[in-house]
Amino acid sequence: MKNLINDLFGKKNRARTISFLMVIFAYILIEVLTKSIRMSRLFTSLLVPTCCYIILGLSLNLVVGFSGELSLGHAGFMAIGAFTAVCVSGLTSSVITNETLRLMLAVFVGGILSGLFGLIISVPVLKLSGDYLAIVTLAFGQIIKSLITNIYLGFDADSMQFSFVTNELNLNNGKMLLSGPMGATDTAKISNFTSGFVLILITLFIIYSLIDSRYGRAIMAARDNRIAAESIGINISRTKTLAFAISAVLAGLAGALYALNYSTLQPAKFDFNTSILVLVYVVFGGLGNINGTIVATTVLYILPELLRFLKDYRMLIYAIVLIVVMEITNSEKMKQFFDKGKNSIFKKGEDA
Amino acid sequence: MTFLTYLISGLALGSVYAIIALGYTMVYGIAKMLNFAHGDIIMAGGYVAFFAFTKFGLGPFMSILLSVIVSTILGVVIERLAYRPLRQASSLSVLITAIGVSYFLQNTAQLLFGADTKIFPALLTEKSFTLFDGQLTISYLTIITIVTCIIIMIGLTTFINKTKIGKAMRACAEDKGAAQLMGINIDTTISITFAIGSGLAAIAAVLLCSTYPSLSPTLGSMPGIKAFTAAVFGGIGSIPGALLGGLLLGIIENLTKAYLSTQLSDAIVFAVLIVVLLIKPTGLLGKKENVKV
Amino acid sequence: MKKLLVVLLSLLCALTLAGCGNGGGNGGNDTPTDGGDETVTVKLGGSGPLSGDAKVYGEAVRNAAQIAVDEINASASTIKFDFFMEDDMADPEKAVTAYSNLYDKGMQVSIFTVTSGAGAAVAASYDEDKIFAITPSGSSTALVYTDEKNFTGNFQMCFTDPNQGIASADYMAAKFADKKIGIIYKSDDVYSAGVYEKFVAQAAANGLNVVYKDGAFTDDSSTDFSTQLTAAKDAGADLVFLPIYYQPASTILKQANDMGYAPVFFGVDGMDGILTLDGFDKSLAEGLYLLTPFAADADDDLTKAFVAEYEKRYGETPNQFAADAYDCVYAIHQALRDIGVNSEYDFDNLYAAMVDQFTTMSFNGLTGKDMTWAENGEVSKAPKAVIIENGVYVSAD
Repeated sequence: MKNLINDLFGKKNRARTISFLMVIFAYILIEVLTKSIRMSRLFTSLLVPTCCYIILGLSLNLVVGFSGELSLGHAGFMAIGAFTAVCVSGLTSSVITNETLRLMLAVFVGGILSGLFGLIISVPVLKLSGDYLAIVTLAFGQIIKSLITNIYLGFDADSMQFSFVTNELNLNNGKMLLSGPMGATDTAKISNFTSGFVLILITLFIIYSLIDSRYGRAIMAARDNRIAAESIGINISRTKTLAFAISAVLAGLAGALYALNYSTLQPAKFDFNTSILVLVYVVFGGLGNINGTIVATTVLYILPELLRFLKDYRMLIYAIVLIVVMEITNSEKMKQFFDKGKNSIFKKGEDA
Repeated sequence: MTFLTYLISGLALGSVYAIIALGYTMVYGIAKMLNFAHGDIIMAGGYVAFFAFTKFGLGPFMSILLSVIVSTILGVVIERLAYRPLRQASSLSVLITAIGVSYFLQNTAQLLFGADTKIFPALLTEKSFTLFDGQLTISYLTIITIVTCIIIMIGLTTFINKTKIGKAMRACAEDKGAAQLMGINIDTTISITFAIGSGLAAIAAVLLCSTYPSLSPTLGSMPGIKAFTAAVFGGIGSIPGALLGGLLLGIIENLTKAYLSTQLSDAIVFAVLIVVLLIKPTGLLGKKENVKV
Repeated sequence: MKKLLVVLLSLLCALTLAGCGNGGGNGGNDTPTDGGDETVTVKLGGSGPLSGDAKVYGEAVRNAAQIAVDEINASASTIKFDFFMEDDMADPEKAVTAYSNLYDKGMQVSIFTVTSGAGAAVAASYDEDKIFAITPSGSSTALVYTDEKNFTGNFQMCFTDPNQGIASADYMAAKFADKKIGIIYKSDDVYSAGVYEKFVAQAAANGLNVVYKDGAFTDDSSTDFSTQLTAAKDAGADLVFLPIYYQPASTILKQANDMGYAPVFFGVDGMDGILTLDGFDKSLAEGLYLLTPFAADADDDLTKAFVAEYEKRYGETPNQFAADAYDCVYAIHQALRDIGVNSEYDFDNLYAAMVDQFTTMSFNGLTGKDMTWAENGEVSKAPKAVIIENGVYVSAD
């Protein structure tokens, strides 16, 4: 028993254990609450998007926190996953009637395709560094959004049709999957909280496995000191590509889950602002801090909803909260205070 | 002839990008931060000029001057209140703070000035002249925009290279610690940088709003991103780079819209950027920094 | 970490409790009645962008709806409104949470959403929860029906996008058959792209000579239109169709003027509002045609009273968003009155009764006379072509 506790809560695995426990506990609590008492519609409608943004945040944290590269185009990967999932779900809706199965397929394909793009994009991106890398990810994000805005895709009983830039589809009583700037409409809403929960668990599993692996240590070594890492024979570009591609897969999963939670989806959603929003979550939670990302995403995503009573001042207050928190967490006095807190918890952990 | 028209309007657009990009590049070079709120200073400058001209009845010159003064003060105050306490913090914390400041400015403008678009008045009465038997029409505004950009560029280069403050700025950009040891006041230097960048943003605002007269609280975000792109394109931290990047971006954007596709112009502009960065990984005129062990 | 957890948990609790407090849902008989007299208060909800880029439209709708609600509540009518509007930032994602908020507050009828994208995201929810909704300005057909399904209780006060495109092409065929037509539109905007698509198809059917139709711009490139204008000019277009909102249109008019290009400009209902832009040089809009259901300087009493009240309260001239919103509230009120809603009314029947009323009634408002609604939720009213002369709208027929 003591060994197990040491195993789970020892220095090495504590963060991982807390992550899983926190997520599972939150899930059980919410499930019990929604089953036992009638929850507000607002509460239930926030569950799935919160899950999506948590996965997105974790995915971005892998690149920004662990790999140390600033990515400003994460919404692009989310978009690929999202629109792929919508197409897959739309195409197979008559074949696969089981919604869970269809969701799984759509999320899977969305993740894979997004990962593929991530892999392709990582080749030019990772040749650069610093702000040049950041601007190229921003550029790719914009390009992806711009391309999707121009895709027209539909199918009818006879064929599947595609056109680019202008809508030249000639469908015979068929269904449009993507219609340019209008994106996807009339999507079947098949995402649910449980699927979001499972995806978060999968994401956590993938990330922790990666971090604890040889590759993960190589990634962090390359982040902390590129030259030193190279000198001991770590293939930096390969490790970074791996992190980037996995991050893209995860963003794709999140996008797929997100897309299938709404009946409509427009490419304009996946702009620079969405990328930035997720970056804010990650920095708030702490770079490389997985539990931090989960908590910060949840708090910051729900915050604007809680501020609704402020009416027109809502987003102004949100902005002020952003600034003030950044100032406080970075001020020397607060740092000392938090360090003290950290030490005391740490000591307790050692005693146990 | 049509090509020339496209080229000239591209140059004008590029000049505005260049002036904004200067603000980005200077702040980046010296404070090593991406000031995402820079675009919103443009917005603020635009509103000040608008109210000065239409509501207070000041002349064009006084309106611009007032706009420059207010923007400069705003820039310095933001730096003092929001960025200076974070001098020791990670660059990402500063980035997020800048985003917070950007949201703050936009929402404040919405509450103060209303969300509806305001139309920026024409500060010039003369509109345009024609060349080649009326085949080519060029507006005076275009000429003024391009000329202003060139003047600013020359002035700024001289300032940085010849004056004492300019020298201090270069020293800070090179090595803050060493500069401090040499008796340079880092805080003052950074404040001056913000002041200059914000003043330039106000000028850019007037030029931008004169050519594209819609004034709204989110006015600055897109030109801001484009100018940021231009700054990186030319090599961030480099002043001639900002000029080159801005002009090229404006021209490429306009020619793409004219000859390739209007729907895909954003995608193509960014694709060109990626290709350029792959060939020159630190931008067109950026310095390659060798990291020593 | 622990501290963060505590924060998270308390947030969760706050949210949960807030939900339980008013989780009564809607459609029940729990309508508050005013102290025993005969009045009945109906909860009227709606969502729109009250922050962000599109705030101007959301505000116009909220302001005008508030005027209508205040007028009705002050009148002798026994039906009163409790009106609340939530912010959806014109974002489908936020529209869903805004809708949930409205639902939690017990909304019984709704003015739906202000923008199309947001509306499409909640159209099915209104349908499932059987809450009657009529949108002032969400002009996409996706708000009222899809290929497979008609949202029975979702209605529109404004024209649908396809109808505007078709009406414009028909008008041009009648009036400008010999003009060469150029089009500048916003390709990443649902509204603009929707009108554009139908217009191009109908123009071809009508045999119109469209010489330039690639004048697209996007949100990221909505400052400079010189390229599109030069191209239209080179193609010889002497009529330029602008199915866009008035803000970018004002820039287009100015830039065209700067380059000495003076075709006939032709807009749809989004163009309304251009004359009220603060600082806009009205001479630029001389000769501009637009198809709009509402003109703020019409001289009927209803319009005059509304415009005066709006200007008094908000210091701005109302645009068609405001006018449509005002009409929505009055149309809902008329339907409630004709159903005979009173303090004894069983609100479970409201949905069906409202649908029944709207598909059979006729309504006179700011944006049209004798309006009727089809079963699919589309409104039938005549778009009026107006031309701007000496800075005011003049009927162009």
